[in-house]
Amino acid sequence: MSTVALLGAAELGLVFALVALGVFLSFRVLDFPDLTVDGSFPLGAAVAATLIVAGWNPWLATGTAMAAGALAGIVTATLNVRFRILHLLASILTMIALFSVNLRIMGRPNVAIIIQDTVLTPFYGLGLSDAVLRPLFVLVVVAVVVALLARFLGSEFGLAMRATGVNARMARAQGVSTDLHIYAGMALSNALVALAGALFAQTNGFADVTSGIGTIVIGLAAVIVGETVVRSRVILWALVGCVVGSILYRIAIQVALNADFIGLQASDLNLVTALLVAGALILPRLRNPLRAGRQEPGTQGTAR
Amino acid sequence: MKISRIAGAALALACLGAVPALAPAQAQVQSKSVAVTAIVEHPALDAVRDGVRDELAEQGWKPGDTLRFDYQSAQGNPGTAVQIARQFVGQAPDVIVPISTPSAQAVVSAARDIPVVFTAVTDPLGAQLVRDLSKPGRNVTGLSDLSPVADHLALIREIMPDAKRLGFPYNPGEPNSVTLLELVKKLAPDHGFSVVEAPATRSADVQGAARGLVGRVDAIYMPTDNTVVSALEALLIVGAQNKLPVFTADTDSVQRGAVATVGFNYYQVGRQTGQIVARILKGENPGDIPVKSAEGTDLYVNPKAAAAMGIALPESVVARASKVVGQ
Repeated sequence: MSTVALLGAAELGLVFALVALGVFLSFRVLDFPDLTVDGSFPLGAAVAATLIVAGWNPWLATGTAMAAGALAGIVTATLNVRFRILHLLASILTMIALFSVNLRIMGRPNVAIIIQDTVLTPFYGLGLSDAVLRPLFVLVVVAVVVALLARFLGSEFGLAMRATGVNARMARAQGVSTDLHIYAGMALSNALVALAGALFAQTNGFADVTSGIGTIVIGLAAVIVGETVVRSRVILWALVGCVVGSILYRIAIQVALNADFIGLQASDLNLVTALLVAGALILPRLRNPLRAGRQEPGTQGTAR
Repeated sequence: MKISRIAGAALALACLGAVPALAPAQAQVQSKSVAVTAIVEHPALDAVRDGVRDELAEQGWKPGDTLRFDYQSAQGNPGTAVQIARQFVGQAPDVIVPISTPSAQAVVSAARDIPVVFTAVTDPLGAQLVRDLSKPGRNVTGLSDLSPVADHLALIREIMPDAKRLGFPYNPGEPNSVTLLELVKKLAPDHGFSVVEAPATRSADVQGAARGLVGRVDAIYMPTDNTVVSALEALLIVGAQNKLPVFTADTDSVQRGAVATVGFNYYQVGRQTGQIVARILKGENPGDIPVKSAEGTDLYVNPKAAAAMGIALPESVVARASKVVGQ
């Protein structure tokens, strides 16, 4: 495995860490299985790329992409909270609608921004190679997001949001407006996913309407691998776990891409990736079955 | 305790990652390496890949012998396509061949120095893979699967040696057709044709546009325009009633009743891509090789339609047709 490939895996892992953090918010904090992300990831890419092509400042385009993602989250939350549609179905409806919306926004299935200025352009002159610069840039973004998110979830509002996810009835009894926190949480979650999409488009030079396929799977895998590797009830470490999990997931794909020497074909990629991730989840338990077994009840309540 | 757990998991992954490094280095005995990637595996894209491999084999680079031929499929996921692009850049093969637009964009934005030959991309300029088709510069060139307009014009010339003016029905609202119109206008003089435009913004307008061409042109050349293709029968009726031959850009329309066309299949797209790859392996600079459009050799003819529209197909054309419709 070459350094360039490893740095590439780290970079992509960091971009998708933003997805993992979004999925952590909806899936773990709010207990809301949210498939909207398969649509809000390409939405972020589409909005950012289209605005950049139109001559907008890339930072402004990225911010607008996040706002669009937040809006998508609010649509799902509205379908669920206001109209009582099952959360899973509500998010599927938003996701399939977003496919058409993304095509409308871009006007075609693929928008290229290889030659346009992006948020990374000013940093290319610093003398670092692309392969180093890009992961470094995304690392800074992710670090800022993790710090802000940890602070937010520790605030009174954030604590009320966590209470909403753990026990909505109890939270309401304590005077928490659970509806408001579901709206806010879903908006924040999908804004982060759209930010990931916007950064994906800008680091790789294109937005493609198909780029959302499987986003939720990648996000969930990252969250769960992260929980296995970084077991902690401290919220900051839980967030760091999402980031670590996302990078480990990409390294698993990287290993799978290098697996041809044992007679595996290109078509086996997804299977090998799945086996590696399963292995990463199982290995810590195999090492000490007694201790792992004793901790079993605790794993479900991680980071709440 | 926590630390040991992290270390354990990290170690496990690191061990898995180290395995490829321990595998025997078989790349040493091979003289050239080509890395191919496609966004997804499906018959057309697989045919492109096989075409590239077979062309290189024919030119003397046998896979597994004098050629290391790597292939990766992103299994439909642009995120994975990006990671495959980084993987290939890290491997530093002699040429990277991305098949399809998203794969090509991922490779072009990751590779700065390694030669890239994209293929099966319809609009390389729109996809920002190159800035100039005739002088791509830098490390990128390739093959687009745009309609082989020059081949169509040559075929019409062969079948109708005396024809001078070509009618071109199209929808000005379709960007694709506008691109094709510009291309036809540019190439027509080389083949001794002038072009008469017949705009039709709706399918219902196609017959009127075709009638407007009667007496002003010697033949009609229909592009791959969605509006016009969907009203093909309207063109065919006008053609039969006025002895005005209708040529098309797609083989399917010949089966519906147009006179003839020549189109490519995707295996041929792969062979033509392989030719460009071979030139680079022989030492040419990718930036100096113009981006080509795929050339078609699948000739479809419809002698019955030709007779109805007042012409006879030359024996030489029918003899080399890959498909004679109506037999």
